[in-house]
Amino acid sequence: MKGPDPKVVMFCCNWCTYAGADLAGTSRLQINPNFRVIRTMCSGRVDPQLVLEAFLKGADGVIIGGCHPGDCHYISGNYKALRRVVLLKKLLSQLGINQERLRLEWISASEGKKFAAVVNEFIQKIESLGPLELDQEKISRTTL
Amino acid sequence: MKRIGVFVCHCGINIRATVDVKKVAEEIGEYPQVVYSTDYQYMCSEPGQKLMRDAIKKENLDGVVVAACSPNLHQLTFRRNAELAGLNSYLCEIANIREQCSWIHSDKEKATSKALEIAKSLVEKVRFSEALLPVEFPITKRALVIGGGVAGIQAALDIADAGYETILVEKEPSIGGHMAQLSETFPTLDCSQCILTPKMVEAGQHSKIRLLTYSEVDEVAGYVGNFRVKVRRKAPFIDWEKCTGCGLCTEKCPSKVSSEFDRGIGLRKAIYTPFAQAVPNKPVIDRKSCLYFTKDRCRVCEKLCPVGAVDFEQKEAVIEEEVGAIVVATGYELYPKERVAEYGYGKYKDVIDGLTFERLLSASGPTGGEIKRPSDGKVPEEVVFIQCVGSRDERDEENALPYCSKICCMYTGKHAMLYKHRVPEGQAYIFYMDIRAGGKGYEEFIQRGIEEDRTLYLRGRVSKLFEENGRIVIWGVDTLAGKKVEIAADMVVLATGVVPSPASGELVKKLKIISDSNGFLSEAHPKLRPVETLTSGIFLAGCAQAPKDIPESVAQASGAASKVLTLFSGEKTVQEPIVASVNENLCAGCGMCISVCEYKAIDLVTELKNGKSSKKAKVTDALCEGCGSCVASCPSAAMEQKGFTTKQLLSMVDALSMK
Repeated sequence: MKGPDPKVVMFCCNWCTYAGADLAGTSRLQINPNFRVIRTMCSGRVDPQLVLEAFLKGADGVIIGGCHPGDCHYISGNYKALRRVVLLKKLLSQLGINQERLRLEWISASEGKKFAAVVNEFIQKIESLGPLELDQEKISRTTL
Repeated sequence: MKRIGVFVCHCGINIRATVDVKKVAEEIGEYPQVVYSTDYQYMCSEPGQKLMRDAIKKENLDGVVVAACSPNLHQLTFRRNAELAGLNSYLCEIANIREQCSWIHSDKEKATSKALEIAKSLVEKVRFSEALLPVEFPITKRALVIGGGVAGIQAALDIADAGYETILVEKEPSIGGHMAQLSETFPTLDCSQCILTPKMVEAGQHSKIRLLTYSEVDEVAGYVGNFRVKVRRKAPFIDWEKCTGCGLCTEKCPSKVSSEFDRGIGLRKAIYTPFAQAVPNKPVIDRKSCLYFTKDRCRVCEKLCPVGAVDFEQKEAVIEEEVGAIVVATGYELYPKERVAEYGYGKYKDVIDGLTFERLLSASGPTGGEIKRPSDGKVPEEVVFIQCVGSRDERDEENALPYCSKICCMYTGKHAMLYKHRVPEGQAYIFYMDIRAGGKGYEEFIQRGIEEDRTLYLRGRVSKLFEENGRIVIWGVDTLAGKKVEIAADMVVLATGVVPSPASGELVKKLKIISDSNGFLSEAHPKLRPVETLTSGIFLAGCAQAPKDIPESVAQASGAASKVLTLFSGEKTVQEPIVASVNENLCAGCGMCISVCEYKAIDLVTELKNGKSSKKAKVTDALCEGCGSCVASCPSAAMEQKGFTTKQLLSMVDALSMK
C-alpha cells in the first residue's frame, strides 16, 4: 500500500526489551525502519498518557516492550503495564482507534530475533490497517 | 533557553556506512536550542572525549547529546566525561544510532532520517533535564548473617576476618546446621563434624563475631548501609553467662523425648544440648517436655547446677542492632517422606530419609555408628535406596517438586558405600533415574561404589512399598533389563527432595526480597549475580538460594562475604538519583503509588499546613529503585521520576510521532 510510511513508536524497558533491541543490532538483523524507540527503566513507567499522546501526534501504532512475567527487574512493573494495556485498549476503541494498533510484547535481553520479528510483523500489520485517521468527534466526546 | 551540544559519532564505518553522519550533524545544528553540533570518527576515544570537553567549556553548553552506540555501552563513559568538563552527568544523554539504527537498516536515506529523529528526541529529553546528584548515605560497617549452617558460618568468618563486626543469628541452640548431622561427606568421606567443628569453634570464639543462637530475626527496617534489625532471643531458661557446660543437668534430667537432631531415632532430655560438639555448648530447656513446666514437679537440674545457672523465670529478649549488610543463609529442609504417596502410605519405621540414615551412620549418633533397623534394632541385610523421591516430578503440583535436588545422587551413592563398609555381607540396591555426579571427584566416587562396594544400581522407579512379615516389600522396575523387580528389604532409605527452610519464607516479607516458585530465594541474575538479591545490601549463600553441596555452599558464602566487603570498602554508598519525587502541591494523598511500589519506598505522611491536616506521599530516596511504576499510576500527576519525567517523555513522544 502506498502513501506515507507508517510511524510506530515503541517503548522499551531498559533491562529486557531495550537490551534485546541492542542484541538485534549486534546481530545485524534487518528490521523495517519505520519505528522509533523510547527507553524507560521499566515498562511499568509507561503511562497510558504517553501512548495516547503518540496516537494524537501522528503515530499509527504503539508497542510496549517489557520483561517476561516473573522476570521484571523491578519485580512487578511489567504486570502493571499488562493491566494498563488491557484497560487502555478498551479506551482506544471508545476513541475510535483500532485496538490492534497497540501491542504489548514480552521481549527479553536475549531475544534479539524476537525483537526483529515482532517489530517487522507489527509494522506490516499497521501497514495493512493503513494510516491512523483520528475521529476528532469521538475524541472530543470521550473524556480524556 | 538551553545551550545543547550534539556530537554525532561515525564509529569508524559502523554508523557512517549507513547513516550520513555529516548530514545529521548539520541538520541537528538547526534544531531549536542546539547551539553546537559536530561529527567525529570515534567519540569514545581520548581525542573524541577531549573534543566534547572542549566544546562544553568553549560553547558554555548546559546539555549534551552524543549520537553513537547504545547507552548500555558508553553512557557512563560520556557522563563521566561531562563531569570532567564541569557539566552534571545527568545533563548528558545518548542517542542510539548504531545498534538501533545503522546496524539494523540498509536504506541509507531512511536510516539517516531515523538517526536524525532519534537525535532530536534525545535533544528534547535534555531540554527538560535537570542536574541530579547521586544520593549518598553513610554505611554502618557491621554485617548480619541469618543462619548458622556451614554457609552462614563461612560468610561470618570471612567478613569478621576482614575486620568487620558480624552478628550470626541461628534459630537452633547451636550453630552447625545440617552439616553437623552428617556422618561423612562425599567424595572424600571426610568426617563431617571433624571438618565443621573447627569452623564452628572459630566462629564461636572470634572476637568480631557476635553469636546469637536460639534466636530469630523478627523485624528488619531501613535500607542498604542502614538496616535496623530486631532479633528475638528465645528463653533457654539457663543463664548462659553462668553456665560452664558441665552437663550435669542433662545427665540427671528424668524426662526423655525424641531428639530432633537425631530425626526421631534417638532421644534427648528436656534440658539438652542438641549434640555434643554444640557451639555454644550450653543447654536449653524445652518447655513442652520439662516436668517443671508441664507438671510443676522435679527441678532437679536447678538443684544440681553447681553455678545456679538454671532460671525458670527467664524471659525472651529482644535485641536491636544496626547493620549495613545482610547475608541470608537459612539453608534447607528435606521434603517430608509422608507426602510422597507411593512411599508414604502408612508409617513404616524402617522407611527413613537420608538425614536419618546419616544419624545411623554417625559415630556420635544414637546407635554409635552401627546400622540398625529403627523398628527392632536388627542389622539390615538388604537395604534399598530410592532416589528422586519427590524431586523431578511434574505430575503432582501439591505433593511433588519439579526440580532436581542435586545432592541426592551423591549422598545415596555414599550411603550405599558406607552401609557396605559397616555391613560387608549386606546388599545395597539403588533405584535411580539418572546419576548426576558433576563435581570434582564425584564420578570416580560413584564408580568406586559400584566397583569396590558392589552397589547394585537399578534404573527404574519404585511404584509401591509395603510391609509384609516384618520386611518392606518394594515393587520396582529395572528398565535396562526390561524386567519388573521385587525386593524384600530390611530397610529403605528415601532420597527425599531438598526444599528451602521455612525460615526463608518468613524472611522474604521481612527483608523485601523475592523467592521463586519453589520457595528458594531469588538471586539478582541467575548467571552473573548469584550471591546478590535485587534488594541492595542483602546477599544470599547456601541452599536458601538453591539445592547445592557443601563446596558450593562454602564458595557462595565467600562470594556473598566479598560483596559485603565491597560495600564496606567505601565511606558512603551511592544510589542512582533516577528516583521518584512527589510534587506535594498536587499530591492528593490517595496512596495509589504506595500500592504499586515493590520496595515500600513510599509512605503516606500526615502533614499540618495552614491549620489543615492532610496526607502526602513521601519517597525514601534510598529505597527507591527507579522503576517509575508509581509515576504512571498517579492520578494527580503529582509523582515524577527524575531523569524520566513526564515532560521529558511527552516531548520525546511528540518528536518521534510526527510524520
